[in-house]
Amino acid sequence: MTEHAGSRWIQVFLIILVALLCVPLVVMYIWLLEAAFAKQTYGIVPSGFTLSNWRFLWEGFKNMPSIWRITFNTLVFAAIVTVAEVFFASLTGYALSRMKFPGRRIFLSFTLVLHAFPAVTLLIAIFYVLLVMGLYDTLLGVILVKAALELPLGVWIMKGFFDGISWDMEMSALVDGCSRFRAWWEVLIPNIRPGIAALSIFSFLSGWSEFLLPYIFTSSFENFTLSVMLRRLIGDFRFVDYGLLTAAGLYYMLPVLIFFIFTQEYLLNIYAGGTKGTQI
Amino acid sequence: MTQQTVTAQVTPHMDVSWRARLRRFTTPAFFTGPAFVLVFLFFFLPVILTILISLTDMSVATISDIKFVGLKNYIRIWRSRTTWKILRNTFIYVGFTLTFFNVGLALVLALITTHIPDRWGTAFRTFWLLPRITPSVIYAIMWTWFTADAPYGIVNQFLQIFGVEPRNWMSAQPWLVVIAANGFVGASFGMIIFTSAIRSIPVDFLRAALVDGASTWQRIRYVILPMIRWPILFVVSYQTLSLLASFEYILLLTDGGPGFYTTEVWSLHAYHRALSNYFGNVQFGYGAALAAILVVIGVIASVIYLRVFRFNEMVAEPKIEVI
Repeated sequence: MTEHAGSRWIQVFLIILVALLCVPLVVMYIWLLEAAFAKQTYGIVPSGFTLSNWRFLWEGFKNMPSIWRITFNTLVFAAIVTVAEVFFASLTGYALSRMKFPGRRIFLSFTLVLHAFPAVTLLIAIFYVLLVMGLYDTLLGVILVKAALELPLGVWIMKGFFDGISWDMEMSALVDGCSRFRAWWEVLIPNIRPGIAALSIFSFLSGWSEFLLPYIFTSSFENFTLSVMLRRLIGDFRFVDYGLLTAAGLYYMLPVLIFFIFTQEYLLNIYAGGTKGTQI
Repeated sequence: MTQQTVTAQVTPHMDVSWRARLRRFTTPAFFTGPAFVLVFLFFFLPVILTILISLTDMSVATISDIKFVGLKNYIRIWRSRTTWKILRNTFIYVGFTLTFFNVGLALVLALITTHIPDRWGTAFRTFWLLPRITPSVIYAIMWTWFTADAPYGIVNQFLQIFGVEPRNWMSAQPWLVVIAANGFVGASFGMIIFTSAIRSIPVDFLRAALVDGASTWQRIRYVILPMIRWPILFVVSYQTLSLLASFEYILLLTDGGPGFYTTEVWSLHAYHRALSNYFGNVQFGYGAALAAILVVIGVIASVIYLRVFRFNEMVAEPKIEVI
């Protein structure tokens, strides 16, 4: 819609109205930023600048593995989930977009149903599956679960991208005797780079932020991720050391903020496309 | 579309060798295999397992000697007095979050941001995605501070101006906090869907209303809202299901408290019973029975959505197949 309603004043009024709605959130994020560097904050008013909130970077936390180990775990977790999801989703998305095979319809409806199906309800059974497979309390297990739970969305998004690419290029490659896999890898993948980039960002952020899965499916120190660590900190420090909590939180949120600032348009698109099941 | 139908006749070699015929199956199997295995292991199997486990007495104490107990767990759920409290909590949680935020606030945001210059509109919409991508633990920390006791919490500082006694709002009004915290995340989903729906209304309709001298409000009420009925229904049904199953933010904010099951909702209760050591012994069977009820609701509802929202049309066969 391009027509703007009403007079200038109505528009100004509307902008103020929506800005007011944002106030609680804005205040929270401002607090997160400033409290990490303040000795104390009363409401949103900071008092005294300090870097000692960040001492966990060199001292670590009590009764926890080193912060670098935890960061490394989180990074590995998010990265492998991303690679697995993007790779598998683009393979499957391609097959669903281009091939006719028995069970295709069922597979496609199944991924669509899963789209709406709330996977959290399955955590108890997944716990049992991991236990039987010997993957409980391993990062690999959590990675597999996370990748699996995100796949229906990923497959659907990638299928949308493949659907949007003309057949002709690929046809000529196939007629020339190129294998299906090579056509996929050499002709199609380079053409859906924007899709791959969008899905990668999305799944990396989602992996980096994941809390429930590592919290439930791992228990030992060496498998700690940043979210689990922060949850423990909340438990230990509740209502005590907001400086430390916000510093650790800000540290954890840094990559998210960076992605958010530089890839906003991707995010809006992928949420619009991913949730509606239409093309981006 | 057109180029696809043109090339549809190309299907070559009718007299293919058995190798080529085999490849008709192996190639798709290769492409879909990994995803299929993962989806099978962590979606399909768990659906069946949830129901199977719910028919057993599996717990930490009985894990080596699991017995089938039929519907005993379900009967226990039915007879338990806490069930009704939890059911009531679930209705409060889903109902209020959905009405006021996931649909209400979403609609307000979509309407306002499409009625102001686009640059502003996009900026505001993007901002509302921030809580969604903020890691849930950090989001919970922010709300904890937001509602904290004086002199830390900002809500108290603000309300002091009006002479309201300071208190810890998370314990004083846990529902308000739980619903708002979930709603501020949930609103962005509807906002995006509604925005694209409003954008796709033909400009002629809106112009016609303008020519007829309709005010902005009348235009919204009589042109825009009726035309986005379908997306609203979509958001309502989709979000009902995801709210019904979600418990991550509640777990982080109140963990079902304060006190006895004050904000404990159905899915959180299933989690507590089966996977958290809180309640003494971990009762997989009982927890799975609680979860199984949600799983069944989830399966039925998502199949219905698939039909109602014509997902079928998106599942159409590819127009061409080259071997």
